[in-house]
Amino acid sequence: MNDKAKIPVGQEAIEKFGWLRAHRFLLLRRASQIFFLFLFLMGPWLGIWWVKGNLSGSLTLGVLPLTDPFIALQSMLAGHWPELTALIGALIVGVAYALIGGRVYCSWVCPINPVTDGAHWLHEKLGLQKGWQPKSGTRYWVLAMVFVVSTLTGTIAWELVNPISMLNRGLIFGMGFAWAWVLAVFLFDLFVSRRGWCGHLCPVGTFYGLLGTKSLLRISAARRADCDDCMDCFAVCPEMQVITPALRGTSEDTPLILAPDCTNCGRCIDVCAMDVFEFTHRFDDTPAPGREGRTRSQPASRASRAA
Amino acid sequence: MSAANRKPKAMDRRRFLQDSARGIAGCAVAGMGLAYLARDARALPAQAIRPPGALAENDFLASCIRCGLCVRDCPYDTLKLAELGVDGPATGTPFFTARDIPCEMCDDIPCVAACPTGALDKGLDNIDDAKMGVAVLIDQENCLNALGLRCDVCYRVCPVIDEAITLELSHNDRSGHHAIFMPTVHADKCTGCGKCEKSCVLPGEAAIKVLPMRIARTEAADHYKLGWEDRNPLVDELIDLPDRLPGPGTDNLVAPGGYTPDALPDPSMEGGFSPSFQLPGTGGTGQ
Ligand code: SF4
Ligand code: SF4
Ligand code: SF4
Ligand code: SF4
Ligand code: SF4
Repeated sequence: MNDKAKIPVGQEAIEKFGWLRAHRFLLLRRASQIFFLFLFLMGPWLGIWWVKGNLSGSLTLGVLPLTDPFIALQSMLAGHWPELTALIGALIVGVAYALIGGRVYCSWVCPINPVTDGAHWLHEKLGLQKGWQPKSGTRYWVLAMVFVVSTLTGTIAWELVNPISMLNRGLIFGMGFAWAWVLAVFLFDLFVSRRGWCGHLCPVGTFYGLLGTKSLLRISAARRADCDDCMDCFAVCPEMQVITPALRGTSEDTPLILAPDCTNCGRCIDVCAMDVFEFTHRFDDTPAPGREGRTRSQPASRASRAA
Repeated sequence: MSAANRKPKAMDRRRFLQDSARGIAGCAVAGMGLAYLARDARALPAQAIRPPGALAENDFLASCIRCGLCVRDCPYDTLKLAELGVDGPATGTPFFTARDIPCEMCDDIPCVAACPTGALDKGLDNIDDAKMGVAVLIDQENCLNALGLRCDVCYRVCPVIDEAITLELSHNDRSGHHAIFMPTVHADKCTGCGKCEKSCVLPGEAAIKVLPMRIARTEAADHYKLGWEDRNPLVDELIDLPDRLPGPGTDNLVAPGGYTPDALPDPSMEGGFSPSFQLPGTGGTGQ
């Protein structure tokens, strides 16, 4: 860590590249989240029925069926074999996310992401303690729990509580008291556990993460030799543990962030004043020398977690 | 760097096991909560009617992904997705309330066609075969027809008129010289569309209501024999009805309380008759 770590996160990048460029992926992401919500709202609001349904299942232009593969899988475990339409829809969605990165769903589509991002922003503003931090394996236990309960009860179990569908469906079909669920996630992330929901518990994100384990689209710390330890990328990354192996690797280690937890949000690209990160593909083997005098035996992640 | 790294391996393992145990226990508790909710979700309120072709409730909760495509393709805005804390059915699942908007029984059944998962069974190709529920004339004290008036509205609006619902004539005991045209639902033909419930002219609730099959229908009493439908003997050769000949203790009106020897059917029998069937252990004297 050096003195630069004390400057507000992203400040240097803003001064160097301008505000717009230092927020481009954040802005694109918000635009994408709004876009995917708007597609569904065009019908009920404007009477333009290009897309019908919601994130759980939809029909676009009367021909393209899409189904949430996580829900389809729970349905099968619950003992129902879906009709072909739903299966094709799940396959399309599954293959798409397997290629572009499962957790692209999290950062570019999921309507809960702005909620938990908002909670995190306020969390930082208020300077709160990070609170309860579940172990890194917890989200896999939650995922397993959902599958077990679906199987044993014969229901699509997670849909009984899933705040994502509650919010998405609520906005498109009518909210009821679903807002309370969303508020609960917000408050949980704000006061109980920093980045608790998306970073540690949500089984949907975990499922998509697993789906994208071998995805093509990846972030690379290509110019890691230029890193000046400002720690800004660690501060903005919702899954900061994924950065260390790539950024702090030696010349032999790949600069690609291959951890499935990375959401491909691109915020690390935004805030880095040294322009270390970039989007690339998994087979990119452009040499990326590590920094001299730095090895992986000195991970910065623990220190930065307090940041 | 951190303290944990310097500890011996055994400590690491112990810590790992503890953490795992904690994680598993936490998930088990959460899982039980979720399983409780899943059970709870099955309690579909009586007046929430599932769309045509919907699988039985347990299977429906395993198959409906709550996409609302059935809702979107219903031309009459009959269906809606249950909202959390407002509507009774499991959150996000489609249903309708007959008194608000009934199902119009579209010939092409667009809701079933729209369903991508089969939660609405594609096997339903004739809307007349739908079994969303069954109408029951639930308040016979206020139904105008039951009072002897001629309202007939529920009967007239029924898309399966004269099959699903008929007007059954009976004597009006109150006036003494009028008829009562009782609206009578025939469950094997009623689709549960709810048109009758919707149109019942009574203010507030309807006198005729669509109820789910599980509430409205019982199982037939198969252990009773309906003699007017099936005239074959219950057990061949064993009990041979009618076998009651006049005799002591019978309710024979020709010779109350007993028999008269001159009324014997067969003069060759002395001092009485013996029934063709004798209960075991009664020594042949029982009557
Ligand atoms: S972790 Fe879950 S709630 Fe968070 S963005 Fe991903 S899918 Fe959405
Ligand atoms: S590594 Fe970069 S792209 Fe991946 S989650 Fe973190 S900030 Fe987002
Ligand atoms: S049959 Fe027609 S009116 Fe009835 S629920 Fe389906 S689409 Fe709606
Ligand atoms: S279309 Fe099928 S899966 Fe979708 S909400 Fe209706 S019944 Fe459920
Ligand atoms: S619910 Fe009423 S209107 Fe519909 S078929 Fe049955 S009796 Fe007829």
